[in-house]
Amino acid sequence: MDFNDTTEQAQFRKTCREWLEQNAEPKSSSSRESFSDIDFLEVAKQWQKKKYDAGWAMLHWPKEYGGIAASPIERIIWAEEESKFNVPRGIFEIGLGMCGPVMMEYATDEQKERFLPSMAEGTEIWCQLFSEPSAGSDVAGLRSKATQDGDNWIINGQKVWTSGAHFCDYGILVVRHDPNLEKHKGMTFFFVDMKSPGIEVKPIKQITGGSSFNEVYFTDVVIPDSQRLGAIGDGWKVAITTLMNERLAVGDANGADVKEAFNWAKKQDDSGEYLINNRAARESIADWYCEANGLKNTKLRTMSALSKGETPGPEASITKIVSANKLQDIGNFGIDSLDMAGMLKPENNEIQSFQNAWLGAPGLRIAGGTDEILKNIISERVLGLPQDPRADKGLPFKDIPSGN
Amino acid sequence: MNLDFSDDQKFLQSEARKFLEKEGSINRSRKVLEDKQSIDKELWNKIVELGWTGIRIPEEYGGLGLGHLELCVVAEELGRYLAPVPFSSSVYLFTEAIIKYASEEVKQEILPRLISGDIIGTLAVTEDLFAPSKTNIKTLTDNNLLTGRKIAVPDAGIATHSLVVSNSTSGICIRLVDHSSDSVIIEHQDTIDESRGHFSVEYNNTPSILIGDDSNGWDFYENLLDQAAVLFSFEQIGGSQASLDMATSYAKERYAFGRQIGSFQAIKHKLADMYVAITLAKSNSYYAAWALSTDSSDLSVASATARVSSTKAFQLCSKENIQTHGGNGFTWEYDCHLYYKRSKLLSVNIGSLPNWKEKLVSGLEKSNTY
Repeated sequence: MDFNDTTEQAQFRKTCREWLEQNAEPKSSSSRESFSDIDFLEVAKQWQKKKYDAGWAMLHWPKEYGGIAASPIERIIWAEEESKFNVPRGIFEIGLGMCGPVMMEYATDEQKERFLPSMAEGTEIWCQLFSEPSAGSDVAGLRSKATQDGDNWIINGQKVWTSGAHFCDYGILVVRHDPNLEKHKGMTFFFVDMKSPGIEVKPIKQITGGSSFNEVYFTDVVIPDSQRLGAIGDGWKVAITTLMNERLAVGDANGADVKEAFNWAKKQDDSGEYLINNRAARESIADWYCEANGLKNTKLRTMSALSKGETPGPEASITKIVSANKLQDIGNFGIDSLDMAGMLKPENNEIQSFQNAWLGAPGLRIAGGTDEILKNIISERVLGLPQDPRADKGLPFKDIPSGN
Repeated sequence: MNLDFSDDQKFLQSEARKFLEKEGSINRSRKVLEDKQSIDKELWNKIVELGWTGIRIPEEYGGLGLGHLELCVVAEELGRYLAPVPFSSSVYLFTEAIIKYASEEVKQEILPRLISGDIIGTLAVTEDLFAPSKTNIKTLTDNNLLTGRKIAVPDAGIATHSLVVSNSTSGICIRLVDHSSDSVIIEHQDTIDESRGHFSVEYNNTPSILIGDDSNGWDFYENLLDQAAVLFSFEQIGGSQASLDMATSYAKERYAFGRQIGSFQAIKHKLADMYVAITLAKSNSYYAAWALSTDSSDLSVASATARVSSTKAFQLCSKENIQTHGGNGFTWEYDCHLYYKRSKLLSVNIGSLPNWKEKLVSGLEKSNTY
């Protein structure tokens, strides 16, 4: 056991670090990512372009699409180093993490040449159009319709929870082409120009007050058959590839962690006594510390496997369940520490970070697979337990009970 | 980056697993528990023959001279198979203390006999129905003669020697005692898990030898616990995994309402929670194993983190294994209770969960880096 890079890894880390030092500001302990909302998209695009020009944008991609064919461990080293710098995040993750791999696997060579480099460069941003009002955890319950019309498909229906749809240029889309077939067999997968006539994007206001995702309405939207990814009827298979990538893309819940809770407890006065001296507070801090370090050390085990050229085990599947719940509890702890004043929103970065954690965590426990779906996945894929018997098995989609 | 055991260490682990499987270690544990034998002497002798008692003892004393990591992988298997042997008392605590703190003369006398199994050691600390502390130890050493009564001493019935945490005019010290003296009275105490015996040990003006310094005994003791906590964690992980494995296979075999109970989300999510707890515990224990093997300054916090995670994991897995088995899980016949009981034994043996959580947070307060 050791925590050292190999000579090559150390060299690679140095190269990453040097480039980052020349092109970005290191994070300081006081400033979380601080960019004003108005410029954020522009700032993010500029940073993406800068990375692309130097080969860092999608470093594991082949050279012809703008990468440097980096190994998985090099990709992690880059991510570790980049995370130490104050750079914009949250705009490109879905496109690059989910849409990119699907295009890489299913698009034609011409399409890949046309779309992948601009996606990596950040000049075109992509979104994912899967969930629907009646298809959340049960994504395969989706009803948006695709009707074939010569060389085109006509799309009608509604998608929801589409992050970034309001600023995206393209999206990947799964729709139902035949409701007479069984649920999983009647779907087909496309990519679509978000500026197509008939697409209407309406932002959804979240419990945080912000709007990072949208409803997307499709009214007689025309998609050429050449933009179909996979065979007609293979939509579910293609979607699963994407969802597997989503689980890798949606990982650790960002925000107030045990370190913030601990440091806050050391200075917060709790009825004439520091909060850190409260037994219940100490016990919670111990539990969160074990969870936070358990995740960190799990990541190190995954890296160890990658570093040796092995396939990592399923350990990383626990990340989101543990971190999103921890985030929620820590947010709660910070607010409770103010006792009756906990309702207020004072000008204090630490208190705000607890409030943001508390308000944002419910979304993280749902996005990218709910806690419950993730536990199903662990129990079925890791422990080998049987699936739930399904009430919709073997039925034509149109005959499945829907409550409507 | 390599937070993993080496191929040689993994080989040792798989050999240990094969051996304990072949020896029917779980059934032996049941027999010890039912007959209140305190130990399976035959299994212990075989373990001695395999050389496990000398894993960490330097070659100059006849040991294998291996590191703590080798001990970790063996510990995980002993935990998985509930081995009814005094390994934790004699190896993680007694032997480690001798290696670390004893004089050369004592090492030469004791270490070779630990390897051969002629000496089995244990650690005697507790005196009353609460946690021992620097300020409540009443056992007293005067002029090398030790007097006092210790309780809940694991494995003392078979142990030939004990290390005793004692008070003295110069402070807390650790004393080595040979149980062959007539002045030592050892009595079996009833416990909630008889698969490893616990005893009261009374010392009456018993001759003893100082181990380490005569005033820093409490620090030595704490450091000894930090080390042992890592090894206990691996035993707890082994037990947790065995409990999850039992629950998983039962959930696949058992039908109710016309379907495998493992297809109900109430069961699936329970087992997924167990998997999550084990994964966190395992990753923290790997890190603590590294800290132990390199004598890192981070050892105290790392071992407390491993200890808390592993104790929580084993408690969760062993109780939910019973729950998954329904009424069968509550019977003497099924093995579920053996793990449930062992989880409690391992969780209190070197101090309870709340006290280790406290230790973790005070460790964070002391380290200025956090």
